[in-house]
Amino acid sequence: MPNDTGPNFQQNASRALNDKQLRKNFKFAMGNFILKRKQIFSDESKTEQLRQIGNDIKRRALSQLPQLLEQLEEKCTQNGIQVHWAETLSEANQHVLRIMQTHRATRLVKGKSMVSEEMGLNDFLQKKGIEARETDLGEFIIQLNNEKPSHIIVPAIHKNKKQIAQIFHEKLSDTPYTEDVEELNAIARETLRKKFFDAQVGLSGVNFAVAETGTLCLIENEGNGRMSTTVPPVHIAVMGLEKVVEKLADVPPLLRLLTGSATGQLITTYVNMITSPRKDGERDGPREVHLIILDNGRSKILSDPQLRQTLQCIRCGTCLNHCPVYTRIGGHAYGFVYPGPIGKILNPQIEGLKKAGELATASSLCEACAEVCPVKIPIPQLLRRLRNESYASDSFSTVKDSGYKKNLIETIAWKSWEMMNTHPLINTIGQKIMSRLGAQIPKIGPLKQWTRHRTAPKFASKSLHQLIDEEGIQDE
Amino acid sequence: MNDASRAQILNRLHAATKQQPVEAPEAAGLPGEAFSRDEKIEKLKSLMEAVRTEVHVVGAPNWTALFKEILIKRDVKTLLYAPDTTLGDRLQKAWVTESNELPELVTYDGQIEDFKEKLFATDAAITSTVGGIAETGAVILWPDKNEPRLMSLVPPIHIAVLEAEKIYNTFSEAIQTENWSDKMPTNVLLISGPSKTADIELTLAFGVHGPKELIVLIVKD
Amino acid sequence: MSHDPQKPEKVYYFGTCLMDTIYPEAGLAGLKLIQHEGVQVIFPREQSCCGQPAYNSGFPKEARKVALTQVRLFTENYPIVVPSGSCAAMMKHHYPLLFAGDANLELIQQFSKRIVELSEFLVRTLKIKMEDRGQPIKVTWHSSCHALREMHIIEYSKSLIRQLQNVELIELQNEHECCGFGGTFAIKQPNISGAMVSDKVADAQQTGAERLLAGDCGCLMNISGAMDYQKVPVRSQHLAEFIWERTHAK
Repeated sequence: MPNDTGPNFQQNASRALNDKQLRKNFKFAMGNFILKRKQIFSDESKTEQLRQIGNDIKRRALSQLPQLLEQLEEKCTQNGIQVHWAETLSEANQHVLRIMQTHRATRLVKGKSMVSEEMGLNDFLQKKGIEARETDLGEFIIQLNNEKPSHIIVPAIHKNKKQIAQIFHEKLSDTPYTEDVEELNAIARETLRKKFFDAQVGLSGVNFAVAETGTLCLIENEGNGRMSTTVPPVHIAVMGLEKVVEKLADVPPLLRLLTGSATGQLITTYVNMITSPRKDGERDGPREVHLIILDNGRSKILSDPQLRQTLQCIRCGTCLNHCPVYTRIGGHAYGFVYPGPIGKILNPQIEGLKKAGELATASSLCEACAEVCPVKIPIPQLLRRLRNESYASDSFSTVKDSGYKKNLIETIAWKSWEMMNTHPLINTIGQKIMSRLGAQIPKIGPLKQWTRHRTAPKFASKSLHQLIDEEGIQDE
Repeated sequence: MNDASRAQILNRLHAATKQQPVEAPEAAGLPGEAFSRDEKIEKLKSLMEAVRTEVHVVGAPNWTALFKEILIKRDVKTLLYAPDTTLGDRLQKAWVTESNELPELVTYDGQIEDFKEKLFATDAAITSTVGGIAETGAVILWPDKNEPRLMSLVPPIHIAVLEAEKIYNTFSEAIQTENWSDKMPTNVLLISGPSKTADIELTLAFGVHGPKELIVLIVKD
Repeated sequence: MSHDPQKPEKVYYFGTCLMDTIYPEAGLAGLKLIQHEGVQVIFPREQSCCGQPAYNSGFPKEARKVALTQVRLFTENYPIVVPSGSCAAMMKHHYPLLFAGDANLELIQQFSKRIVELSEFLVRTLKIKMEDRGQPIKVTWHSSCHALREMHIIEYSKSLIRQLQNVELIELQNEHECCGFGGTFAIKQPNISGAMVSDKVADAQQTGAERLLAGDCGCLMNISGAMDYQKVPVRSQHLAEFIWERTHAK
């Protein structure tokens, strides 16, 4: 049932399912990612050990989150990094704007940051007359085409070569049409090199923030992140507050898990660890480094011991890659910044269940995501929890709009189901009725949905109970 | 605004974690393998070559000769280097002997604000490294006053000189052995190859925004 | 690899609600396979459903009531054999979660630890040796999600198929991908579920197999319903029923 305040998921999903090109693009890409991950994590028992280490590191960090953030702030400040706190997306945007305006800057280059997508930063800055140029190739492509990312790691994965060639040709001046990947890259390199050169401020995300040393760790393959954080005189880093880790020693295992899970690599081209702005005597690097720590609902998530596991996420995207639902509908259909399994548990908690609760039903609970999550988030378990919250059916509820789905029909249906399955006599009678009349059930409600793609199941004339009675099997 | 937000956020976080023990005491690190020096060289070399790094293993006395060959072959006209370093010293000495075909030695002239245009027009840069990582195939750079950060990023060719003795088995080992937590510099870089992307149909393409070529000279004593 | 359990004198059998109503022959076949190996099978008559449908749909209280009803029927310390990966996983792994903090938790844990899936029981405990009496046939196998990822028993199921000399197993291209059933998922997101099952049907077709085998009735109901709808001439069957037929063919 479409809700008033959120995107129409079913409609979006159906549209995506009917888009043959989209499905082809995603099937190809996700199949590739699945293979790559298998190859890079070929030793099963070592991989399981490593995942447990990742899980331990993240749980350790979350269980002391405020202390670590305070330590991070202290160390960063000592090192010359200016720390800002933002409760809401609006506050975060205002921090960025203030820094830009202090420097009278109108040209911003961006390394890739999902938090900045969450903030809607580009649109916000554009309204203030500031150009925020994406420099990650995938982000660059979709920015030219006025689209949002469809994947956490490879934002333009829903586009094929032809589509990208068309975008470059149409949106970049003096650009011939070419489908050659090397040529397309060269065009991006040339165009963006000028932007790096001219930029007044650079913005990035943060993969890991180390409390022990006040160090921001950024990983990338293209070099645009280093360009954005080193060439301009000002660097702004935005991060969700859950990204802090306790110590430097925690970084190597998380790094291995992140690069392996995200792109099937042992290591990315660059690992960039920033501890301070340009020091006396140094000749390059930004003169100012700012760190914006964003809450936007994360502190609330932390307060629930079970749902807190959502915050373990290191944004690798592998749950998307392995999800049979995501593979078929792509990222845009979810209607929120974070798609895929992580999106299904994160968005409802941040946006509330009225807006995003339907996402929690868009899973068959197949466990493919949980099997590969590098930090062992039990996503299906959290989906069940969100489903419980949707009906306010368990003894506690903490998510916004809890109980929004409560309705008489389902309440009665499940109560009847409970009656049937706790009273053997009712069960037997029910079965006898179904075996006789099952075929005549009108195709409405659940049966209507079932029979859109399948024939209705046939109820056996004799139940297993009956057959077993006939065999004379012991009762106890 | 900032102070109020900070207080509110931290209050909520403290309330969320109070009376709960710190979870998951430090896990034992994943047992990494320990290789011999030659095995480490081999491992690092093959992993980096797999991502299109050009790797040469050279004896200490010979490397400048090989290096010059590499530059001439690529028709490099300007080479950025750091004069106030041991590496810079060796280069200067090596350049004095024959200088017709060799590129012009360029230094990082003052602050980036004054040097930017020239930097973006330089053909190649050579830097030292503080070590390498065998397990994943990467070199470690600690840029400093003498070897600024952009040397290893802006010029399309980056040559990195790595001492064979300084190859660690793993990243964890490097951090532990050298006690990084006590002395993190402004910037630490791990570099595993030339820049690349697979954003277009997952087709790998090299030479995006970072250097198009990475050449690593592993120098054995 | 942990020690294989010893062959017990008696076991309980949990038939599952889908086998009870839709696939009773398969349920009986599973039971007979155990009996045939000389183990006494006990089937508490009042059993109904493991509770998974409510548990997955947001109705844990109702699931708990149904679960407790089942648990109270299996009082003796015999293994409980379950011919379904998802029901077995529900009762083995999810019951303790469902009853976390509940007064009945210990009772539940005593029950859960005795749960064993049918294929695993036949292979590890009974070390079943089978003779294939059927005609040559090509089959393919679908790995049900919970059997694969929670019970880890797929290799046992496949080893049973491979024991049958005249059966050729041709693997699906995407054997491990979910078939799209997911209980109420098929009802709540019918188009996505429909797309998933269609892909599974197409995969089965391209193997050239005449039969698709699976260890879970939810998957079977879903896949066979879709094959029927698309008029695809591949027959879907529960592994237990298939094995019983092959080893007792005339």
